[in-house]
Amino acid sequence: MPSTTETVETVHAFTGGAYKYGFVTDVEMEMAPKGLTDDTVRYISAQKNEPQWLLDWRLKALALWRTMEEPKWAKVDYPKIDYQELHYYAAPKSTKNAPKSLDEVDPELLRTYEKLGIPLKEQEILAGVAVDAVFDSVSVATTYKAKLEEKGIIFCSFSEAVHRAPELVKKYLGSVVPQGDNYFACLNSAVFSDGSFVYIPKGVRCPMELSTYFRINAQNTGQFERTLIIAEEGSYVSYLEGCTAPQRDENQLHAAVVELIALDDAEIKYSTVQNWFPGDAEGKGGIYNFVTKRGACRGKRSKISWTQVETGSAVTWKYPSCILQGDDSVGEFYSVAITNNAQQADTGTKMIHIGKNTRSTIVSKGIAAGKSDNTYRGLVKVLAGAEGARNYSQCDSLLIGDKCGAHTVPYIESRTPFSTLEHEATTARISDDQLFVCRQRGLSSEEAVALIVNGFCKEVLQNLPMEFAVEAQKLVGISLEGSVG
Amino acid sequence: MTNGLVINDLRVSVEDKEILKGINLTIEPGKVHAIMGPNGSGKSTLAHVISGRPGYEVTGGSVTFDGHDVLEMEPEERAALGLFLAFQYPVEIPGVTNTTFLKTAVNALRKARGEKEMDPMAFLKMLREKAKLLQLPDDMLKRPLNVGFSGGEKKRNEMLQMAVLAPKLAILDETDSGLDIDAIRIVAEGVNAQRSPNRSFLVITHYQRLLDYIVPDVVHVLAYGRIVETGGADLARRLEQTGYADYTTAA
Repeated sequence: MPSTTETVETVHAFTGGAYKYGFVTDVEMEMAPKGLTDDTVRYISAQKNEPQWLLDWRLKALALWRTMEEPKWAKVDYPKIDYQELHYYAAPKSTKNAPKSLDEVDPELLRTYEKLGIPLKEQEILAGVAVDAVFDSVSVATTYKAKLEEKGIIFCSFSEAVHRAPELVKKYLGSVVPQGDNYFACLNSAVFSDGSFVYIPKGVRCPMELSTYFRINAQNTGQFERTLIIAEEGSYVSYLEGCTAPQRDENQLHAAVVELIALDDAEIKYSTVQNWFPGDAEGKGGIYNFVTKRGACRGKRSKISWTQVETGSAVTWKYPSCILQGDDSVGEFYSVAITNNAQQADTGTKMIHIGKNTRSTIVSKGIAAGKSDNTYRGLVKVLAGAEGARNYSQCDSLLIGDKCGAHTVPYIESRTPFSTLEHEATTARISDDQLFVCRQRGLSSEEAVALIVNGFCKEVLQNLPMEFAVEAQKLVGISLEGSVG
Repeated sequence: MTNGLVINDLRVSVEDKEILKGINLTIEPGKVHAIMGPNGSGKSTLAHVISGRPGYEVTGGSVTFDGHDVLEMEPEERAALGLFLAFQYPVEIPGVTNTTFLKTAVNALRKARGEKEMDPMAFLKMLREKAKLLQLPDDMLKRPLNVGFSGGEKKRNEMLQMAVLAPKLAILDETDSGLDIDAIRIVAEGVNAQRSPNRSFLVITHYQRLLDYIVPDVVHVLAYGRIVETGGADLARRLEQTGYADYTTAA
């Protein structure tokens, strides 16, 4: 997805900044009071005009959440979150207080856009300058939308899906990530704001990469995003999430849930490039990103492939996983996680082999710079019935400097002797010789680091859709600025 | 201002040990100078200091190139001036193909010189032509830089980089070491093809053999951190007979 496509979502992400300073004016703004009670949940549900069953579902989740404890096992350290001090719902933000031109925008942000090669017009949109270019993008989106509807594909916001396809939502919501799965998923189930819904009918190959950009009524999905993707028998879809441009948000806590369901012979490819605000050099003000992403390969020969490039957030807690239920189903996880300064990332995957002859591949590339900590944590579990299961895992770490940490924590459990599991891990450091060779040939030390790290991540980056990959490469370099020299 | 490389009374230490003890050397544009000398005489140190490798302390003297004080410059700034070092031990960069590496380098140099990026197709065409001259197969261009290359391939690849980056002064740091006679000939042909009135070379070598093929204008003998003798191409031939014993005892 080119930079020209990230607009709608990020417009809102950025006007978030404007909103922070301008909320006192008479903007039409709806906001739930601070704190988390049954009434908060009722308020959110009412704002979205949700049916009773969904409100009940949320309330059940909240009751369950109250009995749960925040997990502590990840190698991340952050101040205790006071859940009663947070706001759980804010309506779409106004552009009323948006900057009038780029002159009013933080120059540091503009410098980043420039390095990412984002055209001027796009910069205005990303920075939330009040331009009507958004309407251009909406009209582009309309064209695509007609094309999708022709094929019977449903692609809309989650809130819209609740009304448009209630039976599907009811059937699949929480079917991959149950409410009580974990603390953050449970919180999300109670207060989720919005997200994407995708339904691909039987035998349909989605003709384009789907991204939030094309979702005509896309609005800021808020801090508790909920996404549900269903691929019927023999269908295919590639979904893109995120944005390479740094996204700022006044909400420090983000807890998203993504559920994928692939039926017989269906394939879902889910790509993420995430660059949430990492905070300052000390990590102050950065986003805490606690995400639960899971795909169920329910059908025979189904396939789910996760590709992620994580460069942002102060704290990342994220394990996109595959439940390989259908015989001969395939799960893949390709990940690049970069941490710099004071960032902490604890990320990896879970591959649960249930069906016969199920296969999974894990390729994880962790890059740590500054005084950051980067942990790969993964589980490969083969149940007794999963005869013929195969897994290949490769976890590589690259260290830049001598104050950062890279950790690999692979868990492997196999309950059948008829499975093949391979695990490889390497740790390397960018050597002074490599840097000098690059500089002697004319590259600055930052260009040199970007080149070397991109080489290190190549296997993963080449799994991204073409245009997304180009941006991700630039992002890799930018994320590591200041890590040497 | 003097064009070319001018080294004046250069003194360099590593961890308080003086390695270069007052080097004087001038290389005019278009000239090929050779530096010979026994192991540990400071030949590689000189190459590294000229190109800006970290880890050396310059305690005195100056190095200028086309009038610029290169000791004050970052390695990449020196590269932009046209200084090139062919490494004695070429380094591997996994995942970065030869082509990507060279394209990035070419464009970085052009950017530093205020020129536009090179058209990717034109670049590939040029790269293939240069590779052919050095008898490097096309598939080597697609392989990660130096990863799994044989010793000879690595050295020829250094020559490819030199051909593509077209420097004003190329320093060859024992490029002949570890090469068989055929590979030496290919490397030498690569260098000779690039000799021109505005490109100079500093060929560092232990053996006279390479100088049979790259005939130098001037030969220097470096021993114990000093240039102890300077002469023409015949000096190299004489050394082949006598060895460095005279200098080691003299110092």
